[in-house]
Amino acid sequence: MEKNDDKLNSPGYEIPSELQGQVAVTTLDRLYNWGRRSSVWPMMFGLACCAIEMIAAQAARYDMARFGMEVMRPSPRQSDLLLVSGTVTKKMLPIVVRLYNQMPEPKYVVAMGACASGGGPFKEGYNVVAGIDKFLPVDVYIPGCPPTPQALIHGMIKLQEKIDRQSIKKVRWYQEGADQVAIPEPILGPDLIDPRKLPQIKQVAKKG
Amino acid sequence: MTIPVSTETLDLAAKFPGIVTPDEREGYSGWIVKADELAAFAASLRDDLGYDFLSSVTGVDYLPEKKLEVVYHVYKTTGGPGLVFKVQLPRKKPEVPSLTPVYPGADFQEREAWDLLGIKFTGHPDLRRILMWEGFEGHPLRKDWKEPFYEEDIKPYSSRWPEGKHSYAEDRNPFNDNVQFPKQFDPEKWVPEGDAALYGALAEYRTTDEDGLDTDHIVVNMGPQHPSTHGVFRAVITLDGEDIVSMKPVMGYLHRNHEKIGERNTYLHNMPYTDRLDYFCSMTNNHGYALAVEKLTGIEVPERTEYIRVIMDELTRIQNHFILIGMLLNDLGAYFTPALYAFEERELILDIFEAVAGSRMMCNYFRFGGVARDVTPEILEKVSALAFDRLPRKADEFDRLLTENEILVSRCKGVGRLSSEDAIKYSMSGPSLRASGVPYDIRKADPYSIYDRFDFDVAVRYNGDTYDRYLIRLDEIRQSLRILQQAIRQIPEGPIQTGKSTYLTKTPAGESYGRIEAPKGELGYYLVSNGTGNPWRYHVRAPSFINITALESMVVGGKIADFVIVFGGIDVVLGEMDR
Repeated sequence: MEKNDDKLNSPGYEIPSELQGQVAVTTLDRLYNWGRRSSVWPMMFGLACCAIEMIAAQAARYDMARFGMEVMRPSPRQSDLLLVSGTVTKKMLPIVVRLYNQMPEPKYVVAMGACASGGGPFKEGYNVVAGIDKFLPVDVYIPGCPPTPQALIHGMIKLQEKIDRQSIKKVRWYQEGADQVAIPEPILGPDLIDPRKLPQIKQVAKKG
Repeated sequence: MTIPVSTETLDLAAKFPGIVTPDEREGYSGWIVKADELAAFAASLRDDLGYDFLSSVTGVDYLPEKKLEVVYHVYKTTGGPGLVFKVQLPRKKPEVPSLTPVYPGADFQEREAWDLLGIKFTGHPDLRRILMWEGFEGHPLRKDWKEPFYEEDIKPYSSRWPEGKHSYAEDRNPFNDNVQFPKQFDPEKWVPEGDAALYGALAEYRTTDEDGLDTDHIVVNMGPQHPSTHGVFRAVITLDGEDIVSMKPVMGYLHRNHEKIGERNTYLHNMPYTDRLDYFCSMTNNHGYALAVEKLTGIEVPERTEYIRVIMDELTRIQNHFILIGMLLNDLGAYFTPALYAFEERELILDIFEAVAGSRMMCNYFRFGGVARDVTPEILEKVSALAFDRLPRKADEFDRLLTENEILVSRCKGVGRLSSEDAIKYSMSGPSLRASGVPYDIRKADPYSIYDRFDFDVAVRYNGDTYDRYLIRLDEIRQSLRILQQAIRQIPEGPIQTGKSTYLTKTPAGESYGRIEAPKGELGYYLVSNGTGNPWRYHVRAPSFINITALESMVVGGKIADFVIVFGGIDVVLGEMDR
C-alpha cells in the first residue's frame, strides 16, 4: 500500500546488515503519517441513504475496523474526517459547514456518493446543493448511488494513501494563520446566500 | 386492477344537499365539497359514517383551470375501501378551513400543503413552513414556480437526447449556482428570519417557586446532527428539569424535492427515485408506486409477478424490523451490539435483492405490470433457506436475547404511551398503530396484490408503549415469515411482465391513489394524470412524516432521556419524512 520509493517515506540511509534485526530507521513524516492514517476517526453523522451503507461498512461483514476507522465520534471536536454521506440540502448546508469549521485540524472531507459529489439524481431540485465541494475542500470522491461498502472502504484506503504522501513541512494546518481559516457559513434567505458571492448576487439581482 | 379510486355506493350528494357534489370529471372519483362547510362535513363523516382515519391531505395545482384543489383521503379503521373528497379553491386566494379540529392528523400535512403549494388553512394552530425554511421565496410545487436549474417542463429534455449537446446546469444560471433571487434583492440587507417562529410555537412555560422566584424554561435543540435522531431530524424541546414540557419537530433537512422532480419525470423515471424515499425499504416503495400507476393505466399483473412482489415485500419488512430493533437498542445505550446482529441478517436479505435486482439497496426492481427480472430457482432456494430455517431461528434468538432483558423492559415499559383513540386521531399507521391496540393492516383491511390469499394474522398489542412497539416488530417478523413460506410454496411458473416493457408509459387522464402496508406504515402515492407520459401531480403519503404528528403527545410529560427511545420506536426514515 505504501510507496517506499517515495522520498518522503525513505530515510535515505542504509542500515548495515548486521544491525537490521535491531535498528529501524524511518522518517518523521512516515511515522507521523502512519499514526494518523491508522486512526482516522470519522464523525458519526449520516445525511441520507449513503449513511446506511456507511453503517453497513462498519458492521460485521465489511468491518471497517480493520483499517482503524471504526471509532465514530458524534462530536465534530473529536473527529478527523467528515464523511459527507448523502444529499446536502440548502437547509442543511449551514450546519454541515459549521460542523466542518468546528473540527480541529488535521481534518479531511470525503464526499460519499453521487449527491455529495455533485448533486446526484437530485441535482435539479430547488433545495439541493450540487456537490459539497462548492463549499468544503473534498479529499476523496466516492462514486455510487449509494456506493457499496466495498467502494466506501476503497475510498477510505485512497484517503490513507493521500495521508501517506503528506509532509509536515507543507501541510495546511502547520502554516501560519491556518487556525483562523473558517469557511463562511451560508445564509438562508429567499434562497441560499453564499457570503463569498455577495457582489455577484447583488449585481445579477439588480439586472433582474 | 381497474377499480376506481376508493368510492363506495354511498350517495353523499343526497345526504349533504348543496354542500357535496360528485366529482364527475373523466377518470376521477369521489366528491367535491364546498369550502365553507368542510369542517361540518368532515365531522359528520367521522362521527356518523365511521371514516375515522384521515389518510392523506394534499393539494393539486390545476394551473390551466386556475384552480387549486385540496384532496383528502379518509378510511375506516374497521377496514374497507376509503373515500376521497376534494375542495376546489381559486388560485389567487386559496383559503380553506383547517381540518385539524376534526382530524388532528392533518396538522403536518396541511403545513406541507401551505409550504409547497401556498394553500392557507384557516384556523390551523401553527401554520408555518415545514420542509423549507421561513423566508424562502415562493411555493415550489405551484406549476408556475420554476426551480433555478429549470430546463423544460417535462422530461425527457431535448438537451439530453443522445445527439444533443451537453451543458452544465450551472452555466445556464445567472448566479452560476443552484439559486435564484427576486429582482432587486440586496443580500447585504437581508435579515434571516431564523427560528423565531419556531420558538414562538413552543408552549410558553414558566414556574414560580414558593419564594416567588420565577424559573425560566430551558430550550434544548436535539439535532439535526445528533447520533440518535436517525438522520437529520431536529427536535426543539422545552424542559422543566428533565421533564419535557413542549416539543416541536423540525424537518426538511433532507427535503430533496421528490415531488417537484417527480412531476417533471416520466412515470418510469420515478421508479428509482422511490427507492430513495425510505432507503431501507426500496422494494415496498416500488410496490406502492407501481400499484398507483397500474390503477391509473389498468395494466394487469401476472400471477408469478404478484408472488415475487409479495416475497420481496415481506423480505423487506423482515430486514426493516430487524434493523429497527437493533437501532432501538442502540438508542437505549446497548451501543452497537444488537445492531450488529441485525445487520448480519440484513446483509443476507440484501444479497437476495442484489441477485434479483442488481443493486443492494436501491433495487429499482418493479415495473408497471411486472418486475425487472425473473427470480431464478437458485435465488428462490436461497430465499427458502432463509424463510424456513435461518430467519425463524434468528427471530427466536432476538426474542431470547432481548425481550426479557431487564434494561429493555424497565426503560421501554410504559414509556411513550399512545392510546388507541389518539393513535387514530393523529393518523398513526403501521406497527405503531397496531401496538396501540388497533388491528389495522392494509394487507387485511383493504387487500392489494394477492395478500387476501395468504393465511396470516394481524399482529396487535394493546399497551401502546415503546415495549409493545418493540414486541410488535417481532410479531410482524414472524407473520411475514408465514406469508413468505406460503408464497415460496405456491409461486407458479409464468411470465413476469404484461405486454412489452416500455420506457414511456402513457396514462389516461384521471387520478389514482395506490397504498400499501409498508414496514413503517401506510405508504400511499397520489397521482394525477393529464393523459401524457408525465404525472401532473405526484404526491407521496409518507408514513414516517405523518407518524411524527403524534410524537409531541407521546413525549410531553416524559423524560428527555426517553425521547430518543420513543422516537426510535416509531421508526422513521428521514428520506421519507422530508422527501
